[in-house]
Amino acid sequence: MNQSRRSFLNKTMKTALGLPVIYYTNLPKGLYPIIWDEDPIQGKSSELVILNSRPVNAETPAHLLNDALTPNDLFFIRNNGLPPSEINVADWTLTVEGESAKTSKSFTLQDLKDEFKNVTLNLTLECGGNGRSEFNPPAKGNQWTTGAVGCASWTGIRLKDLLAEIGVKDDAVYVAYEGRDLHLSGDPQKLPISRGVPVSKAMEDESLIAWSMNGEDLPLMNGYPLRLVFGGVPASCSGKWLSKILIRDRVHDGAKMEGQSYRIPCDPVAPGTKVADEDMCIIESMPVKSLITSPKTGAMVKPDQKFKIEGKAWTSAESIDKVELSYDFGVSWMTTRVKKAGNRYAWQQFEAELTLPKVGYYEIWARATDSEGARQPIILPGWNPKGYLNNACHRIAVKVVS
Amino acid sequence: MKGLLTMVTISFLLACSSEEPNGTAEFNKVEDGIHLRTGLHDDPNLQLVIGACTPCHSADLITQNRATREGWEGMIRWMQETQGLGDLGQGEPVILDYLAQYYSPEETGRRKNLVIAEEDWYQLED
Repeated sequence: MNQSRRSFLNKTMKTALGLPVIYYTNLPKGLYPIIWDEDPIQGKSSELVILNSRPVNAETPAHLLNDALTPNDLFFIRNNGLPPSEINVADWTLTVEGESAKTSKSFTLQDLKDEFKNVTLNLTLECGGNGRSEFNPPAKGNQWTTGAVGCASWTGIRLKDLLAEIGVKDDAVYVAYEGRDLHLSGDPQKLPISRGVPVSKAMEDESLIAWSMNGEDLPLMNGYPLRLVFGGVPASCSGKWLSKILIRDRVHDGAKMEGQSYRIPCDPVAPGTKVADEDMCIIESMPVKSLITSPKTGAMVKPDQKFKIEGKAWTSAESIDKVELSYDFGVSWMTTRVKKAGNRYAWQQFEAELTLPKVGYYEIWARATDSEGARQPIILPGWNPKGYLNNACHRIAVKVVS
Repeated sequence: MKGLLTMVTISFLLACSSEEPNGTAEFNKVEDGIHLRTGLHDDPNLQLVIGACTPCHSADLITQNRATREGWEGMIRWMQETQGLGDLGQGEPVILDYLAQYYSPEETGRRKNLVIAEEDWYQLED
């Protein structure tokens, strides 16, 4: 949203709110002012780029992802519905049940903190549709550029410890969630989103139920007071405002599991192909990817000026093997120094020094290769109807000016 | 047109809350062909589009997307099948014409050029 529209909205909507808003009967009281407040998104930086104000979807410009861990106010937001309007943490419960659960039980937040081992891990979350804006023919949905990604330090408990306490039957297939966000229609019977992961993913050491992000409570927009955090899968698996875990004896069939949501063609298709629902398969891992986080695109340097390139790389594989840079449109590639991560699914920092050969326009491209040998493509990878999994190399523009 | 707008709006109230225009000129201000409150292209049928499309989600979901008339129709069907959107009746072709006219796909190739506005270039210090 541009600044003149934003200031117009702030001014005009306040006037509008002074008048009777007669059609808001379906919405819980106190919900709409969040959208039209001076600070349009509670707890978030005004530097986030808002793609959609209802439901809130906002991304982080690449140069604001330069911190080792993404600060809470800069972490992207992908809401499918409206966050709960009244949250009483003392009364918040998480219920675990389902066809393949040996028992069912409810826990308060305090129970979770007291009864299970607390762990802290750095985990990257990336929306499955990050990079959708590059699809041609275009794909419907929020037109994310590069900023639906962030890496934070999450504190909580291991999902597998909770599942062990409940008991998982042998026929379990999927572990799914429900949250307390509200459907856009205001219909309390409808869930905006209810997704999940295969049992094997739920049982990984890095799969968490978290109440803290970078040492603080989760921001409201990132799921306060409780959420799932899975690395290496679309972030939509990491349910926010978490109230229920379902141990399913089948592939979960909740909202945005079926149809074309978070699915790609089972077999690759030519751009623009219509694909029937039954030929679409669930995305179960995110591809290797990287971003140049410094300098910001549009940098001008002097001839012979040595400057530093910094960035982040991540993968659903074990780790990042290398990150290379090119300033000559892929003719030649130079290596960078890549830092090791403390745990799987944490993004890894890379850096290199660079001097450009002569005056002119350059693009710096970055491509990462992971421990399985998978490397980022230079052009848009496999077109798919919903615009998922674009991991094409990131590019920034730099000029040498005398 | 007013009757049509009312009918379409009413069909939405079944599914969603709606927004009540407050009738001031400022509320529907248009600048450079853009309706400032929503960011939508101005058009004689704009109020019909606002009434039909923005009770559940913001107009940003329209303005950031590009699709053919058929593509937009597919999105309406999806909202009707899964999200509680009602029948748009006679409003539907009018809305589809509007969407296809202002929000149709552009040929962009496999990757776009990087475009940096003149004022966004900056000097990188040592």
